[in-house]
Amino acid sequence: MAALGLVLAETSGNLFPARTQMALSLGWHIVFACFGIAFPAIVVFTEWRGHRRGDPVLTGLAHTWAKAMGVLFAAGAVSGTLLSFEMGILWPGLMDRFGQVFGFPFVLEGFAFFVEAIFVGVYLFGWNRLSPRAHMLSALPMVAAGIAGAFFVVSANAWMNNPTGFALDADGDVVDARPWAAMFGPSTWPQFVHMWLAAFMVTGFLIASVYAVGMLRGRRDRHHRLGLLIPLTVAAIATPVQIGVGDWIANAVADNQPAKLAAMEGQYETTAGAGLSFGGVYRDDALHYALEIPYGLSLLIHHDPDGVVPGLEEVPADERPPVNVVHLAYNAMVGIGTALLLLAAWFGLVWWRRRRLPGTDWFLRAVAVSGVGAVVAMEAGWVTTEVGRQPWIVYGLMRTADAVSPAPGLGWGLVAVLAVYAVLTAFTVVVLRRLARGRDTLAPQEGGVSR
Amino acid sequence: MTLAEAVLGAAFVGLVAYALFGGADFGGGVWDLLAGGTERGRRTRDRVERSIGPVWEANHVWLIFVLVVLWTGFSGAFAAAVTTLYLPLTLAAFGIIARGAAFAYRKSVGTPGMRRFFGAAFALSSLLTPFFFGAVVGGVASGRVPPGIAGGDVVRGWVNPTSFLGGALAVLVCAYLAAVFLCGDARRDGEHDLAEAFRRRALVTAAVTGAVGLAGIAVLRADAPLLFDGLTGRGLPVVLLSVAAGLTALGLLLARRYAAARIASAVAVAAILVGWAVGQYPYVLLPELTVEEAATGRSTLLALLIALAVGALVLVPALVYLYVLFQRPAPTSGPEGRG
Repeated sequence: MAALGLVLAETSGNLFPARTQMALSLGWHIVFACFGIAFPAIVVFTEWRGHRRGDPVLTGLAHTWAKAMGVLFAAGAVSGTLLSFEMGILWPGLMDRFGQVFGFPFVLEGFAFFVEAIFVGVYLFGWNRLSPRAHMLSALPMVAAGIAGAFFVVSANAWMNNPTGFALDADGDVVDARPWAAMFGPSTWPQFVHMWLAAFMVTGFLIASVYAVGMLRGRRDRHHRLGLLIPLTVAAIATPVQIGVGDWIANAVADNQPAKLAAMEGQYETTAGAGLSFGGVYRDDALHYALEIPYGLSLLIHHDPDGVVPGLEEVPADERPPVNVVHLAYNAMVGIGTALLLLAAWFGLVWWRRRRLPGTDWFLRAVAVSGVGAVVAMEAGWVTTEVGRQPWIVYGLMRTADAVSPAPGLGWGLVAVLAVYAVLTAFTVVVLRRLARGRDTLAPQEGGVSR
Repeated sequence: MTLAEAVLGAAFVGLVAYALFGGADFGGGVWDLLAGGTERGRRTRDRVERSIGPVWEANHVWLIFVLVVLWTGFSGAFAAAVTTLYLPLTLAAFGIIARGAAFAYRKSVGTPGMRRFFGAAFALSSLLTPFFFGAVVGGVASGRVPPGIAGGDVVRGWVNPTSFLGGALAVLVCAYLAAVFLCGDARRDGEHDLAEAFRRRALVTAAVTGAVGLAGIAVLRADAPLLFDGLTGRGLPVVLLSVAAGLTALGLLLARRYAAARIASAVAVAAILVGWAVGQYPYVLLPELTVEEAATGRSTLLALLIALAVGALVLVPALVYLYVLFQRPAPTSGPEGRG
């Protein structure tokens, strides 16, 4: 016990392990959360089309996807449970001071998740036990709960970016928490819509990419063509809308978090007629080697080429986020988003003209990498919003360093979490590959026992 | 009843539900662990797998529900407890991940080696996770969590006699609940020999749990006098109710009345937890922080209470639907064979 005490006595610098652990856990979970939001809708839509047309390929596709959905939901459920522990274990300062203000949406998301878990169970268990009509009706709560859950979680995050719905007394203690008002701050709607569309892009492109790989290997049957067509259509519809929403969210950031916007653009000086910068390295208060579109940023933010955009110089040095990380992550998101838009346009154009998929292998190759691309873009967007908020955990009110737990031994927690996620990722991949190959493989929520 | 008591009460109902549903679920894993070799234990494992398959996720959302209500309604006490007890909580969280993933994935892999590996991970974490949760309860109940962030000893907070007693009792109770539950399930599907086997297991675990509980009285008296006073004072009627319900459950098991035995067993387990709550009242963190002191602002508590009431209206019918659907006998074959 004494030896353990000595090892755990390493208290200094909990911020780095805590942030790394949180980033890892959230970054992992968010991919599975995307499937929890978007996959039910895609699966139920496919099942519905299958029943309407009496098409066994479509219903078979829906059943395969439902099983994959079950596995992904299980992985998302366990990683989400870990997150609800980590919120308290790693950031007790945040929970202690502000839990009463922004904890409420988590309670609602608890309900949403509960409903989704119940109906994922009903949906998979009832596949051949309920009539098609009852089966699809029972799936509607699952679809709705997935979307509602996303709204509640994102609203909590939006609150951390734009804290509202409370008053502080002279000591900085919360005196008048209004949880409903806190849930609907200025960032909530743009952030939610952005995340919701991202979920459809990630899910759509990833599923399509699996079938694109299959088609590149010569499996060009109807099962594969539809398996590519349906999710790709979903993603291709979401992508241009997402680019439009990007403008909305950039405006919200400009209004509420000027330091984050300045970091996204690597802009030091407050400028009228600011250019839009791509790439480059931020060093000594300036962005070097960047590609710049003149007046681009002012146009984007103010819809006026001479609009004034505040730079990082407006913010004290110790309140600036790490510029290079935010700038590059933001560029990565926009760059990949643009590439995905081109892919969607290519697909849309050919479909509109000829009612078929583009025939070249290059198209399939592009779809094959689009899934990973969409995930990278989403993670980069998430890094932009989270790292761009630093050094604040609650923007302008509480520093991340003041929220972290002082308990000894958090460094070991990081090592353990790293190991756990490495193993979990490996097994998730193995199981999904098996599900993709064997039609009679069972999903975790299904009845019956596999041999 | 004050607003704070109502909200804490609702969180406590969630905790009891987790103990009953999640507990039976963990217990299924314990019996999986003790089922014997691959071939000999196969039927027991199949029974466990079929019984908890569609409901295990829902059974565990109770835990998230309890956590989020506590961190919103009792932020300070929550921060104090999770930081002091973060080691057993992290270990329990890892147990939940290992268990959930292993159970989910075992079904989808074919090779015997992988299935055995997932099975072992599932069974072992089914044993360890409730132990760590029991240790957390023991740490809180024995007054080892002072208010303030990471104010208590992160090791002694859960490495102590009361925590070990809590952990042992939690594992035993889970195993008992699962055995009682599986009796009925096995008989419904016509597996009468399995039903008999689970009945024996239920009777044995009941006896062991009773013995550990009796020995625990001495442990609490020495290690957690405040809790001991509460349990033998104000909490005594509830503790006696638990004993009575437990004895009734034993009688019902002997008479093979499994449905009634389930109810009596649930009452016995719920009463133990209620006894703890009554014994500790009005303190959230013994011996200084009361429910009223720990509660957050009025509008937060009110919003919580409204959300809990409306949420229950959605949740309860949905849960009933799930359990009813899943208690139907399995069809002999579907259009696509099994599945």
